[in-house]
Amino acid sequence: MVPISWYLLLAALLFVIGAAGALTRRNGITIFLSVELMLNSVNLTLAAYSRLLDDHTGQLVVFFVLAVAAAEAAVGLALFIAIYRHRRTIDLNRINLMRW
Amino acid sequence: MIEVAVFLLFAALALGSALMVVLLRNPVHSTLSLVLTLLAIAVLFVLLGAPFLAALQVLVYTGAIVVLFLFVVMLLNIGREEIATDRGLVQKGAAGLGALILLGMVGAALWQGTAGHELAPLTEDFVSLEVLATQLFGRYLVAFELVGLLLLVAVIAATVLAARPTPGEPLAAGDRLADAAPVERGGPEPEELAEPTAPSTAAEEAR
Repeated sequence: MVPISWYLLLAALLFVIGAAGALTRRNGITIFLSVELMLNSVNLTLAAYSRLLDDHTGQLVVFFVLAVAAAEAAVGLALFIAIYRHRRTIDLNRINLMRW
Repeated sequence: MIEVAVFLLFAALALGSALMVVLLRNPVHSTLSLVLTLLAIAVLFVLLGAPFLAALQVLVYTGAIVVLFLFVVMLLNIGREEIATDRGLVQKGAAGLGALILLGMVGAALWQGTAGHELAPLTEDFVSLEVLATQLFGRYLVAFELVGLLLLVAVIAATVLAARPTPGEPLAAGDRLADAAPVERGGPEPEELAEPTAPSTAAEEAR
């Protein structure tokens, strides 16, 4: 039986990798991928706690997170397509229209 | 014993491919690494007694969301990022340090909260899809319906945002970006074209 702490530690590691990626990368798509990674690590945490507490609520929250992630990906990628059409880049250092 | 081996194998796979998502330069490679990470996490869901989540993860996450990413990456034909500037190095160092501190805090909290807890063996009830579905369509029915509404709104928003504006039509909301800062395309801007003609017409009127 694998201790539940191992799952939680793995999820924390994945979350931190995703956070570091979201902070350092400049390509919009890669930052998006890092955010997806963070969302998924949280899903792992929820499933692990659901197992530990013997309660299905955690799994149902994962279900909702999945649906929201799908909506977020659709809208986000559409935004990137719209930005790319006007600026010919999705390098976030060069999309600085609102920088003062 | 086998469970521990499977866990270690797929945890290592998830960690390695997650690192590749962040470190690889080419967005296509990053996206494919994310597929590997998500599949490894799906296996861990099975180990945690959530086969439904594992199926959802494979079908929805890797099957739909990440393929959508891949589609957009290839559609936009995004190349490699340029070599990072020195400002990027400072940013990388700060982000790495912040990530380590975050790992220490979150890891310690999670570990201390659960270390030594004995897991009850998996029961038929916990794995059962029926129990899960009864809760989803009973207690969480309103949330479920709202998620459907959210997805509908997202579909409409994505269609509006990504739609190519037809020429002659007034600019959509998404096109104000172009008004505020014209793209550096070849050829003079309309204002530049108007500049030389304006004095000449004024001169003609003076005559």
